[in-house]
Amino acid sequence: MNFFSWKCLGWVLLLAVLIIAPIGRGGYIISVLSLWLVYSIAAMGLNLTLGYAGQISLAQASFMAIGAYVSALLSMAGWPWLTTVPFSLLAAFVVGILLGYPALRVQGHYLAFVTLAFNTLVFLVLRNEDWLTGGIYGLSGMPRPNFSLFGFTLFDATQNLHFYYFILLLTVISALALWGIVRSPWGRAFKALRENPIRAESLGLDTRRITLLAFAIGSAYGGLSGAIMSPLVQFIDPASFTFAQSLRILLMVVVGGIGSFFGPFLGAAMAIILPEFMRFTDKYYLIIYALAVIIVLIFSPKGLWGMVENAGARIATWRKARATS
Amino acid sequence: MSSPVLSVKNISKSFGGIRAVRDVSLAVQPGEILGLIGPNGSGKSTLFNCILGQLQPDSGEVQFQGKPMSGLRPSALSRMGIGRTFQQLSVFPQLSVLENVILAGQEHKGSMLSRLLGKPDVGLTAEADQMIDFFRLTHLRNNPAGAMSYGQQKLLDAAMAFMSEPKLVLLDEPAGGVNPTMLGQLRDRLATFNREHQTTFVVIEHNMEFVMSLCHRVIVLAEGEIIAQGTPEEVRANQTVINAYLGG
Amino acid sequence: MSQFIQVILSGLATGSIYALAAVGFTLVWQAARTVNFAQGEFVMLPAFFVLAAMKFLHVPFSLALVLGLAFSIIALGYLFKQLIVQPLLYQQQSLNLIIATMALSLLLKESVKTFYSGQAEPFPSLFPDTSSNFFGAAVSLQDILIVISALAVVYLLTLFLDKTRTGRAMQAAAQNPNVAEILGVDVKRMTLYTFLINAALAAFASFLITPIYLAKFSSGEALGLAAFIAAIIGGFNSIRGAVAGGILLGLLDNITATYITASYRTALPLVLLIAVILLRPEGLFGKAEGRKV
Repeated sequence: MNFFSWKCLGWVLLLAVLIIAPIGRGGYIISVLSLWLVYSIAAMGLNLTLGYAGQISLAQASFMAIGAYVSALLSMAGWPWLTTVPFSLLAAFVVGILLGYPALRVQGHYLAFVTLAFNTLVFLVLRNEDWLTGGIYGLSGMPRPNFSLFGFTLFDATQNLHFYYFILLLTVISALALWGIVRSPWGRAFKALRENPIRAESLGLDTRRITLLAFAIGSAYGGLSGAIMSPLVQFIDPASFTFAQSLRILLMVVVGGIGSFFGPFLGAAMAIILPEFMRFTDKYYLIIYALAVIIVLIFSPKGLWGMVENAGARIATWRKARATS
Repeated sequence: MSSPVLSVKNISKSFGGIRAVRDVSLAVQPGEILGLIGPNGSGKSTLFNCILGQLQPDSGEVQFQGKPMSGLRPSALSRMGIGRTFQQLSVFPQLSVLENVILAGQEHKGSMLSRLLGKPDVGLTAEADQMIDFFRLTHLRNNPAGAMSYGQQKLLDAAMAFMSEPKLVLLDEPAGGVNPTMLGQLRDRLATFNREHQTTFVVIEHNMEFVMSLCHRVIVLAEGEIIAQGTPEEVRANQTVINAYLGG
Repeated sequence: MSQFIQVILSGLATGSIYALAAVGFTLVWQAARTVNFAQGEFVMLPAFFVLAAMKFLHVPFSLALVLGLAFSIIALGYLFKQLIVQPLLYQQQSLNLIIATMALSLLLKESVKTFYSGQAEPFPSLFPDTSSNFFGAAVSLQDILIVISALAVVYLLTLFLDKTRTGRAMQAAAQNPNVAEILGVDVKRMTLYTFLINAALAAFASFLITPIYLAKFSSGEALGLAAFIAAIIGGFNSIRGAVAGGILLGLLDNITATYITASYRTALPLVLLIAVILLRPEGLFGKAEGRKV
C-alpha cells in the first residue's frame, strides 16, 4: 500500500475515533472536543493565508468575532442559526477583502502589524459600542440550532453530544471544501505564490488577486468558526477575540505545520486538548507551549506534521532497505 | 515588412549621473530571434528591464504589437502574450515538473471561477506532456523541479515561458551557467520551437557562441548606445564591435 | 493652560521612552532583519529583574539596577541572539523568526506572571518625584528628567554609531554585510553588539517607565505596540525617525486621552499605523524600500 492509501485509511480511522471518543464521557470532555473542532476551523483558514499564500495575519480572532457577533445578533433577533451562517461567512469574507485589498500591498512584516492593529481596533469597537455588542459584558443566551422537520425534532442540539456531532459534520464539510480548493488550480496557484511569487507573476498569475483571495477565504473560515462558537458556548465577549487570541491561533498553525493539511488540527489539539491531559502542569502550560513553539520552529520548521512526515519517510526507506537486503 | 512585434522608441535611462541607456530604438520583427549583446556595462540589462517594465525609463516608449507596454504588471504582460525566462530561481522547486508546466498554462485558460470549479489540471495535461517531451524532460515528469540539474531547470524555464503560447518571449541570459552539452540541447530546442511556432524571441546573452549560433539578427550595445546590428556574421566581423569588446 | 503644559510634558516623557524602545527595535531590524515582536516584553522584563534582585538577593536598589541591566544585556541581548535569532535567521521560511519572537513574547509574559506575580508591583523611581512651578503650572520634575535622560542616551548612541570605529563598523555591517565582511568587519560580532545595545536600551526604558505605570506582566503588549508604531511611523530605517515617531506617539496619546476620548484612546495610534503603512510605508522620515512586485 502506498502512502496515499495509508493517508485515506488514516483519515477514516481518525473520523471513527472522533465519532467514538466523546461517547460516554462527561459534558466537559465533550465541550473540550467541540471547542477543539471550532478552533481547528479557524486554524484551517489561517493555514490557507499563512501556509499557502505566505501572509502573516494576526487578525484571525477578529474575524471569529465578526462571525460570532453577526450570528449572535441575528439569532437573538429570532433568525434560525443556520440562516445566520451565510451572513457570518459573508461578513468575514467582505471585511477580509476590504482589509486585504490595501494591506496586502505591503511586505510581510508590515502586514503583521496592520492585522494586529485591525484586530485591536475591532476589539475596541466591540468593547465600546455596547448599544450593539453589549460592551464588556458581551452577549449571552444565544439559542442552539433547532432541527425539526414536519414537527419531528431531528436532533436536539441542546444536548452537548448531539451538538458535538453537528460541529463534527460542519468541520468535515469545511475541511473537504478546503481540500477541494487546495486540490484545484487555485491551490496550485497558492503553492506557486508561496514558492516563487515573481515567477508566478510572470506566468500570468495575478499574485495580488490570489493573495487577496487566500486572505479572504482564510478570514471567512474564521467567521464560520465564530458563528459556530456563538451557540456552542452561548456567551461571547470582546475578551475572547483579542490579539492574544489571534496569536494563539497563529501559533496553532505554526506548531501543527504551516501549509500542511493536517497541521491545524494537530496545532489546535496541542493548544486545547493536550492541556486537559496535562492538568498537573496547570499554570505552567502556556509557558511550556510557547517554549515548544520556539523549539519546533528551530528544530522542525514543518511543525508537528513535519515530524510525522519525516517518521513516515524514514519508515518507508527502512522498509525499502529491508525489502532489498 | 510587417509591423514589428516589439518596438522600442528612444528609450533613455540614467542612474544618478550615469546614463545607462541613451536614446535606444529598435524593432523586433515577427518570428525572428533577435540577440542583444554587449560588453559589461553596455546597458543591455537596463534596456531589458525597461522593456519589461521593471524599470521606468526616463524617456521613450515601448510598444508591443502597437500597444504601449509601460506601467503594466508582469501578469498583465503575460496575458498580453509576452513571456520571459529568468537568469536565476526560475522554477517552483517543490512542485513536480508536470505541475510547473501546467501552472504555466493555467492562468491563460478559462476564468478564475472555472479554475476553481473545473478540473484540477485545467485540461492541460496532454499539452503539458507535449511540452515536456519537446524539451526532453519526460523522464523527470513527476520529479520535483528543484531536484533537477541547473541546465534541466533552464529547459523547464523555457518550457514554462512557452506554455501559454506567447507571441514574444524575452530570454534573460538563458545560457548562463549551463554546461556545454546541455547548451547544445537548449539551443536546438529554442531554434526548433521558433521554427515550428514562429514565436518571436529576444535574447540577452553574454555567451557569444550561443548567440551567434541561435540568433537571426544581433544588436550590439556599448555604453548605452547601439553600435552595430546585422546578421551574426556581419556583427562578428564588425571592427567597432571588436573594439568595444577588447577596448574595455 | 497649565494642564496643557502638563499634558504636553508627560506626553514628551512617555514619548521619549517609546523612542528608546523604537530605536532599539529599528537597530535590530536594520542589523539583522529581525522584527522583534517581543520588544514590549523586553521593556517589561528588566524592571522585574531589578525587583527580583531586591527581593531574593536582598541588594539595595542601586545595585539591583546594575544587576538588572547586566542580566538584561545577557539574557535579552546575548542569549536572545544566540538561541533564537541565530538558528532561525537564514532558514528558508523567513516567517519563522518573526513567529518565534511572537512565541517568545508569550513565554516571557507568562513566565513573569507564573514565577513572579500576576499583580501590578510598584517600582522605585530613578528620579525624585517632585513638582516645581513653571509659569504657574505644576510641572513634574520626573517627567523633565525622563525626557532629558532618554534623549541623552539616544544622543550618546548616535555619537557612538557615527564617531567611533566600532559604531561605524556596526553601521557598515548593517547596511551591506557582504561588503563589510570583505573590508574586514566582523559582521557577526557587530550584529551581536546591536542586540546587546537593544537590550540595554530596553532596560533603560524599563527603568524609566515602570515607576509610572507599575510593573505588570501584561504591560509588554502596549509597550511593544507603541515601539512598533513609533518605529514604523518614523520610518523603519531611521533612528532619527524612531525618536520622532516615539515622541509624536507619546504626545498624541496623552493629548487624545485627555481632551478627546478615553475609551478609544488606543485607536488613534492604530489608525495612524494603518494609515502610514498603507499610504507611506517608508514612514515620515524613512526612505522608500521599493514596491512589492
